[in-house]
This record gives sequence, structure tokens and C-alpha cells, in this order.
Amino acid sequence: MRKYLHVINIGLQGNLAYRFNYLTRTLFSFIPLFAMLSLWRTVYAAGGGAQERSGYTQTQIIFYYLMVAVVDVLTAVNEDDWQIAADIREGNISQFLLKPVDYLTYRLCLFVSGRLAYVAMAAIPLALFIFCFRSNVVAPASLAAALAFPVSLVMTALLQFFISYGMAMLAFWLLEISTFIFILFAFEYLASGHMFPLDMLPPLAQHILAFTPFPYQLYFPVSIYLGRSAGPELWHGLWIQFAWVVAAYGFARLMWHRGIKKYSAFGG
Amino acid sequence: MNLRRYGIIYSALWKTSVAREMSFKGNFLLWIVVELLWFGLQLSFVGVIFRETTTVGTWTQWEMVLLVGASNFIQQVFQAFFLVNCTNLSELVRTGKMDFLLLLPVNTRFIVSLRQVDLGAFVNAIFGLCVMLYAASRLHLHPGTLQILGFAGLCVVGILIHYSLMFMLAAVGFWTVRAQGIVYGYYNLFNIARLPDEAFHGAFKAMFTFALPVLLVSNVPARVLADKLVSPAAWIALLALGVLWAAISEWFWRLSVSRYTSASS
Repeated sequence: MRKYLHVINIGLQGNLAYRFNYLTRTLFSFIPLFAMLSLWRTVYAAGGGAQERSGYTQTQIIFYYLMVAVVDVLTAVNEDDWQIAADIREGNISQFLLKPVDYLTYRLCLFVSGRLAYVAMAAIPLALFIFCFRSNVVAPASLAAALAFPVSLVMTALLQFFISYGMAMLAFWLLEISTFIFILFAFEYLASGHMFPLDMLPPLAQHILAFTPFPYQLYFPVSIYLGRSAGPELWHGLWIQFAWVVAAYGFARLMWHRGIKKYSAFGG
Repeated sequence: MNLRRYGIIYSALWKTSVAREMSFKGNFLLWIVVELLWFGLQLSFVGVIFRETTTVGTWTQWEMVLLVGASNFIQQVFQAFFLVNCTNLSELVRTGKMDFLLLLPVNTRFIVSLRQVDLGAFVNAIFGLCVMLYAASRLHLHPGTLQILGFAGLCVVGILIHYSLMFMLAAVGFWTVRAQGIVYGYYNLFNIARLPDEAFHGAFKAMFTFALPVLLVSNVPARVLADKLVSPAAWIALLALGVLWAAISEWFWRLSVSRYTSASS
């Protein structure tokens, strides 16, 4: 266990070297976020009954996007998938086959340290941004929501990581995997609720999405906080999210297992 | 004569680009799919917005689809000619391959900016055009020759603005060696180009209209097509800012190159 704490420590130092990069990234990401908020405010200002149709008040929709930004900073996979793919392509994983270090755990530690470093850089600008919209901020919908939210948040992070890890394993078979990563990312962007709250979609689309892991990669924890998943639906959702985490973990392990058989250590 | 020489060089660059793309056919097709998916995503967002409302400012649903199509068209044409080259610039500086390009007896900015052509982006530009045509037919638009010429001209200005801004972002690579966030910054900045200008107010709108004219690049051409142009001030502003940013980016490029100190040894 100690060795993995070391990995986190090293990862933190490595990631903090990019702190300027993280800071500019965060600041740049405020442009589309602010644009989104302006757009919705314009929609609501027109007073065409948007509230009745969407089930969101203007305050709620603004807070939804703010929460998405927060959850994204805390859980999104940053460059991990590219780095894993590069490790495989360039033969860096050979050393993990020899050392008593589990590559998945190793990468998970780096993911955690990457998130910690990112949060350290993004926290202040993001807090300032949210402060500008403080009139829209609300507390968790209930005590249950307040307790379930962090649990769901951790599972969201794990789900994101395992899926990215499994996808990066494609590098065992293919030279160029960025297209596949971007295709998945496009689906995630829409289906995880990044662009708009998923309950704004037509019912049929919502039903289809319920069978995919995407909503559990972002939308679900936000909806818990906002009290849109409450009562039995909340517990039910947490179990499904847990099942997806286990499934994604299995997928990640399986891909590694299959890939390593194919692996022939280029360069080495 | 000089122009002819550059024509010959550029056609040679095209040939190598085509050869490169065709050696990875699967990848070529997949990138088209990736871009197409993102375009579809933007359109689905319009669909969701207009489930909640009937207008954004004065923009109706199909006008906004026209805008998203125009924005995609401009962005894809820019991408076809310039984007890869801009993102490669920091790599050229980091590895010192810039030496080789500086020694060539051609304008360095020309060769740096146009070395590779992204053919897939042309395909996606056509998809953007198709969406615009469909939106125009839903709006019962019958643009005259002058409107179409105006639209085309303003698209060129828009592409120039994309290029000027992106090239400056890329030239930051001369100052800090690791400028990874460049593409990310670009996408975030031009992300708002496909949104109706009327959705914005105050300082934000002023900044992205007059300082960084992102809110003009696709809005003004789309307005020209959709008969939504309120006053000629809009296209005059776009034109003037296009020239201004081209000049600034040339100045910044010269300043940056003068700082270049190879990477060998």
C-alpha cells in the first residue's frame, strides 16, 4: 500500500509542474460556461413559458451548469487515457510486467493525484466564478442528498477512470486511438448531461439513456444534489451506478488481460 | 512570377498531404465521423433549446440551425487549411525543426501555415453547407447573387480571423516551450461562435464582439443570408477587425520568430 502512496506523491509533484497549464485551462473553460448561462438567461427572459416546459426555473438551470462544472473538475479524466496509450505504444509498460506494481492501481493513483492538482489550481477561479452567480446557489436538496452526493461523486470518478482506462487499452491493437476516444467523448458529452440537463430530452431518449452508463458519468450526482433523484429512485440509482462501476472495472481488467497477450514490447 | 512559384510549391504540398491521408484511410474516415458527431451534437442542442422556447432574441429555430451550419462551415474550412499547421508550430519550435523551415527560400509564415492540408475537413464543410441549405429552404429564403457573394466574402474574413487568432495562440509556443493547452483554448473560444449574438449582453458581448470578434465571425454571414442584417455596421466591423487582427498576428509572429533560438545541442 505504501508504494502506491508514493505514486500519488510523485504524481502530485509531476502534475503541479503543469499548474499554469491547468490554470489557463480552467480560465478558458469559463468562456463557454458563461456563454451557456447567458443563452439560457435569454431564453428565460423571453418568458415563453420555458419554465413550465423544462421543469427548471432560471435559477435552477444556472445552478445546474455550475454544478456540472464543479463535478467535472472533481471527476473528469484529463490526459490519463492519452498517457496510458502512449505507455503501451512506446513500450513503457514492460517494466510493470516485471515489478510488483499493478498497472491499473498505479494509473488510478496518478488519476487521483492529477485530480488533486487540478482541483488545487481550479478551486479559486471556479469559486470566484460561482460567487458571481451566488444568488443561484442552493444547498443540497435534503440530508439524504447531502450524504449520497459525495458517494455518487466518487463512483462517477471511478466510472470515468475505468472506462477511459479500458478504451486506452485499444492501443494494444491499434496505432492511433484518438478517434475512438473522441467518438466516445462526443457521446459522453451529450449523454452525460454536459450540454443540457438530461430530463429536458424527449421521454424516449431518456429511456434509452437509462440503459447506458453515460448518465452516471456526470448527470446522476448533480441530479442527486438538486433533489431530482430522490427517495427510492435515489437508492435505485446508486445501485445501478455501483453496478456500472463494477462492470467498467471488469471491462478495464479484461482489456488489459487480453491486450497483454498481444503485447510484444516495441522498443522496450 | 512570384505568385506562380508559390502556386507550384502549394500544389506540391497538396500532393504530399493527399498521399499522407490516403495511407491511413481508416483513420481519415474516422476523423470525418468524429467531426460529424460533434456537429450533430451542436444541432441536437439547438433542438433541445427550442423545445423550451420559440426564439432566442429574434433568432428562430431554423435561423439558429443556419447559424450553426455557417459556423461549422467556416470552422471546417479553417481547419482544412490551417488548424493542423497551427497546432504543429509549438512542436516545430520544441524539436528545433523550425531551423529547416527558416532556411527554405520561401516566406516562413507561408510554409509554416500551409504545410499540411486536412482533406477530411472539406468533407465536413460540405455537411455544414448541406445543413445550411436545408435550413434556408425551411426558412423559405431566396438569397440573391449579392447576398451569396457577401456571405462568401464574409466567410473568408471569418476564416482569416480564426487563422489570425489561432496562429497567435500557436506562436505562444515560441515563448513557453510546452504550450499544450492551445487547441483546448481555441475550441473554448470559438465554441461561442455558433451561438446567436443576441444571447449575450454587457461586457462579455463587447469583449467578444470588438476585442475578440468571435461573436461576429459566423453571426454576421448568417445574418446576411437570413435577411437579418440590421445595419451595415456589422459587416464593416467584421471586415475592419479582420484586417486589424491579421496585422496584429503578423506583428506578433515577427516578434516571436525573433526570439527563436533553435533547440539543438
